[in-house]
Amino acid sequence: MLSELPPLLSLVIWFPILGGVAVLFVGDDNPGRAKALSLTLAILTFLISIPLFALFDTSTAAMQFQELVPWIPALNVNYHLGVDGFSMPLILLTAFMTVLVVIAGWEVVQYRVAQYMAAFLIMEGLMIGVFAALDAILFYVLFEAMLIPMFLIIGIWGGPRRVYATLKFFLYTFLGSVFMLIALIYMYSQANSFEILDFHKLPLTLCEQVWIFFAFLLGFSVKVPMWPVHTWLPDAHVEAPTGGSVILAAITLKIGGYGFLRFALPITPDASATLDWLIITLSLVAVVYIGLVALIQQDMKKLIAYSSIAHMGFVTLGFFIAFSIYRHTGSLNGAAMGIEGGMVQMVSHGFISGALFLCVGVLYDRVHSRQIKDYGGVANTMPVFAAFMVLFAMANAGLPGTSGFVGEFLVILSSFKASFWIAFLASFTLILGAAYTLWLVKRVIFGEIGNRHVAELKDVGSREIIMLSLLAAAVLLLGLWPDPLTATMHATVNNLLQHMTVPKL
Amino acid sequence: MNFVAPDFMPVLPELFVLTMTCLVLVIDVFLDQRQRHITYGLTQLTLLGAALLTLFTYAQAPVVTMFGHYVKDAMGDLLKLFVYLAAAAVFLYSRDYLRQRDLFKGEYFVLGLFGVLGMMIMVSAHSLLTVYLGLELLSLSLYALVATDRDSPVASEAAMKYFVLGSLASGMLLYGISMIYGATGSVDLQVIAAAVARQGADNLVLVFGLVFLVVGLSFKLGAVPFHMWLPDVYQGAPTSVTLYIGSAPKLAAFALVMRILVDGLGTLQGDWQQMLIILAASSMALGNLVAIVQTNIKRMLAYSTISHVGFLLLGILAGTPEGYAAAMFYTIVYVLMAVGAFGVIIMLSRTGFEAENIDDFKGLNDRSPWLAFLMMMIMMSMAGVPFLVGFYAKWVVLQAIVNIGLVWLAILGVVFSVIGAFYYLRVVKCMYFDKPEQSEPIQLSLDTEIAISANGLLLVVLGLYPTALMGWCAAALSLKALA
Repeated sequence: MLSELPPLLSLVIWFPILGGVAVLFVGDDNPGRAKALSLTLAILTFLISIPLFALFDTSTAAMQFQELVPWIPALNVNYHLGVDGFSMPLILLTAFMTVLVVIAGWEVVQYRVAQYMAAFLIMEGLMIGVFAALDAILFYVLFEAMLIPMFLIIGIWGGPRRVYATLKFFLYTFLGSVFMLIALIYMYSQANSFEILDFHKLPLTLCEQVWIFFAFLLGFSVKVPMWPVHTWLPDAHVEAPTGGSVILAAITLKIGGYGFLRFALPITPDASATLDWLIITLSLVAVVYIGLVALIQQDMKKLIAYSSIAHMGFVTLGFFIAFSIYRHTGSLNGAAMGIEGGMVQMVSHGFISGALFLCVGVLYDRVHSRQIKDYGGVANTMPVFAAFMVLFAMANAGLPGTSGFVGEFLVILSSFKASFWIAFLASFTLILGAAYTLWLVKRVIFGEIGNRHVAELKDVGSREIIMLSLLAAAVLLLGLWPDPLTATMHATVNNLLQHMTVPKL
Repeated sequence: MNFVAPDFMPVLPELFVLTMTCLVLVIDVFLDQRQRHITYGLTQLTLLGAALLTLFTYAQAPVVTMFGHYVKDAMGDLLKLFVYLAAAAVFLYSRDYLRQRDLFKGEYFVLGLFGVLGMMIMVSAHSLLTVYLGLELLSLSLYALVATDRDSPVASEAAMKYFVLGSLASGMLLYGISMIYGATGSVDLQVIAAAVARQGADNLVLVFGLVFLVVGLSFKLGAVPFHMWLPDVYQGAPTSVTLYIGSAPKLAAFALVMRILVDGLGTLQGDWQQMLIILAASSMALGNLVAIVQTNIKRMLAYSTISHVGFLLLGILAGTPEGYAAAMFYTIVYVLMAVGAFGVIIMLSRTGFEAENIDDFKGLNDRSPWLAFLMMMIMMSMAGVPFLVGFYAKWVVLQAIVNIGLVWLAILGVVFSVIGAFYYLRVVKCMYFDKPEQSEPIQLSLDTEIAISANGLLLVVLGLYPTALMGWCAAALSLKALA
């Protein structure tokens, strides 16, 4: 039955890419047409991606919707696509966020509109490809190719220090990932295949595993980003245009987390188990220290950027705490809870951070400042907007009923099984997260009207309301009813745990 | 003693090019400046004819002729095809540039064709003597080409420097050849290979000769520490000539290394591998680091060439058929990128304005989005960013050296490519993120525009589907006469 389906994954990858090229040819001379075409393409891509969810078989951990075509036969490289419970939700997230990004740039972007829209569409296709790739070289190619559109997005449409920020972004990520390439080549020399699933089964000595693990760590920790290689993120976020920040926060960071799930954990389980303390420590540093750093930020985008790092710390914590739980309790269920928590946190953070960046974008479009001190009392002039912003801020702080709560709760709950102190430190995020987000809201939204600019603000228009309410719906839906998401990944998580807990040595 | 006529059929493309070049030389004398385009047309026809001849006689099994001095094999034929292609692109890109500068003369094309002939001979050489003959034919044409703009002091200086250092390198090479001859009693590569295999690698004279050969080859390739001439020549020569020097001769240089080190002295691989490791590592390091501080884009690309040479040496030093195929793929890809990069530079120049600084690229996206896009593709490809073919070139080379266990060298290679990415990105930054300083429109003739578009898009197409070219390289090397 499945074979009768059209090649859905190829469609969701190539449709936006080719569409982006088409948008380029529509040209800068007709921005209206470029925008309309881009929106149509983005929505169509999202619609095409829905069957991936609807027809997904949650009972199996096997790859679904597979496509396999030889690509470079001489080197055993295949164009091999497929999704499981980890990648499918992220693909949907990508397609969903791109629609919002196109809407968000609608009136705001005036310079080279067609190129702007095309860059995001091409980016979308590449990111979906990263999640769907089952061949390591295909993954790597798409993983790196993503840098080009993002480099241009930050560099062309960014803020005053955009050149510095975008070069830093590019070089950091590039440096991180080239070591991964060497690791992949090394594993090819052992396995004679570039299939990721073959790598999962590849026997490796502990020494090899440690080296390969560090190569992956370099590649993915920059993307996540983990402390101490996070410094590109605040710069990139602050300088990027709103759409760029949204995509960076909502999707590209997730690629780092996804990389750990797809590569590091199953391919080098013993090294991961041996070195889990390292990742846990780095994650806790991110949660606590970066949380404190976020507290003192004066720039709204920077604050959200640091908050992203802290929240992503939760994701890596959830993934790597599993080893410790398994050692302590021998129970796979507890370990599964940590990984599922991390995954839920990834998806939820995609919505929340995207929403917060869009909110800042809404304010920035009107006042042209990102400084907290230039605002105050926005609720008086923009009541509708204030309602949305407060909702997303609460979600960011992890209020029960919003999606932010589910992931954090699962991770903290599971870390209690590993160690009280880890859980204790991790719980700091609830306090710190609440502190920096609510303080931000207090200073920006509430209080007396800060200045003349705020007094002149106009409330959000219908375009912005559509964009924000879609996100609000997603945040609430995931918060109140996370079951569809966790059910999707249940089988996949158990399968991953099989790989993680059975030593390869 | 009877004279036995050798088989001339395998040499047909060379004979054709030689005849046509002489014909062009003679015809050009009778043309006045307004009819000079006839010379240009004939030159392109020559290349086309040679390409067709090579294509129709594409070698399946190696044929040795001319009393063991010449070999026609698949590797040679494939490289020759790309030599014609690169040369044709060079002539096309530089046509308008030469016109605007009063350099549109027959000499450029005649010397260019002689250079092509020299490369063909190098590529098909089967003895140290033919190697040397081809090399000198190419080099002498290049020295003269650099000096064609005789009123430019920079060009004359570059030509002088090139000539002196080039002659020194040729001297080294000859000295090495003489020692090899002394040790083995022959200049025929096959005989040499057999003799070396018999004697083993302990012969001091052989190793001594090898050192001189490697020095000479490194000069010609531009590997550190024998790279000094390269930046000055690239910068000083008229851009049309830089375009020529920077492209097709790399293919011939690759063939040179393959013929001498692999075909002739393959048994000494243990010795030359060590030397090449040092050359490759220092080329990648110095080339990439020094390129960062350049403001002149021709000079920057010269240093980038040095780093690419380092990378392609990695493939050769692997010493496996896989490595040779990787290096060949790398060379061909590099030539396609270099032709494109210098081609774009040449297109930014116009009457009275010489584009040679990185700043001249500022705001190119506003002046000509298409050209900026093509240049971005070329730069990203040089940096080795995937889905552009430059990545696959780097990847196959890395794979070859990881497979022989030199993982540290692969790590060194990727670290320096990341450093190198910075200066390629700076060009992209100038084109896309900065405001234009000039507002003159960029005018391109239709055929140039089609050619440069094809050139840039080829990098993308090969990036999406590199299999064909990789396969040709691998097949060409597996058919090659491994002595």
